[in-house]
Amino acid sequence: MDTVFLAAAIFLALMMGLSLYRAIAGPTVLDRLIGVNAIGSKTTALLVLIGLIYHRVDMFVDIALAYAALNFIAVLAASRYFQKKKGLYDQPHRGS
Amino acid sequence: MTHPVAPGIRSRFGLSFWLTFIICMITWLVLSGMFDLFHTGLGALSSFGVAWINGHNFAPGAGLGRTLGQWARFAAYVPWLVWQIWRASLHVLILTFDPRMMRRINPRIVSFKSRLNNEMGLFILANSITLTPGTITVFASVFGRFTVHTIDDASAEGLPGKMEERVARIFEA
Amino acid sequence: MMAVLTTLLLTGGLIFFLGGAVGILRFPDFYARLHPAGKLDTMGLLLTLGAMALYTAAGGRLGDWLTAIKILLIVALVFITSPTATHAIVDAGVRAGLSPWMREDEGTEHDLAA
Repeated sequence: MDTVFLAAAIFLALMMGLSLYRAIAGPTVLDRLIGVNAIGSKTTALLVLIGLIYHRVDMFVDIALAYAALNFIAVLAASRYFQKKKGLYDQPHRGS
Repeated sequence: MTHPVAPGIRSRFGLSFWLTFIICMITWLVLSGMFDLFHTGLGALSSFGVAWINGHNFAPGAGLGRTLGQWARFAAYVPWLVWQIWRASLHVLILTFDPRMMRRINPRIVSFKSRLNNEMGLFILANSITLTPGTITVFASVFGRFTVHTIDDASAEGLPGKMEERVARIFEA
Repeated sequence: MMAVLTTLLLTGGLIFFLGGAVGILRFPDFYARLHPAGKLDTMGLLLTLGAMALYTAAGGRLGDWLTAIKILLIVALVFITSPTATHAIVDAGVRAGLSPWMREDEGTEHDLAA
């Protein structure tokens, strides 16, 4: 069973690499934010997997819970911050 | 803060206070996993503090029977919602791996007016729409005007449809 | 038996994660990218964490059950917070004045800056 968990963890890390491309190369700041959010939600699953591999789930699950909450707050704060920065994008401003 | 509805429920030690206290206490017990007197006492103390500060705005302004009925109907709504999310997820997953994806998607902004008239129902409907893949609530007003971004035609034609009926059923009676 | 079920659920969840990652790369603009990013990841998290909760609860002791409940608590937290995070990103885009990518009649690609 450990082999399955290890393979799943490596696969998740590769998926995070794919999302990292969007976080680095995204045309707008919000694209980068989507990439970071996707990496964060994969990290939550990865933390529990690491706990299963090391047979210490009871400890790692608390870290995963805290990380899920932190990921949410980080995305919320970043998007609240960037929406005030008008003219940050290439596109001309349309009235909303 | 004074509210016009149901003053007995929102008072300091009313129903809302005790519901908040019990939920906080259960969360504490599950998260700590220690049941001796010292740790349980600490949990009771902090739950009391949270409920003391924050307890008056938890329950909707209705009687105990109505509140419990709404919670029960909401609990029955959640499995149906998860089933809908599962179906829509498969649809978006197939769309993602389709080589001719750029020709199949058709992003549009859809507006509609909901007939729900209470804020909690609108809140649940907006979150359910966002949680279902293929549709994202861009804007929802207090009066029930929704603006939704949809990814393709199949996601767009199901709006608001059955989901609104289900949400309305939570709050009737 | 439990190992087979766990592996199946885990594989399903990883397929959803793969769909989320590929969708983020392939879709044309960031409104469309939010559909795979927010939702397929949530679905993948539900399946993978459900598998791990099953595997943990199969241990049978009280501590194992509490850990399984904690894992399900993560799922509940993500299901509550995911729509809010998605809506915050959409709202930021709308207020910054980004217009969504729309399709022209003949399927020609619409320029983002139009």
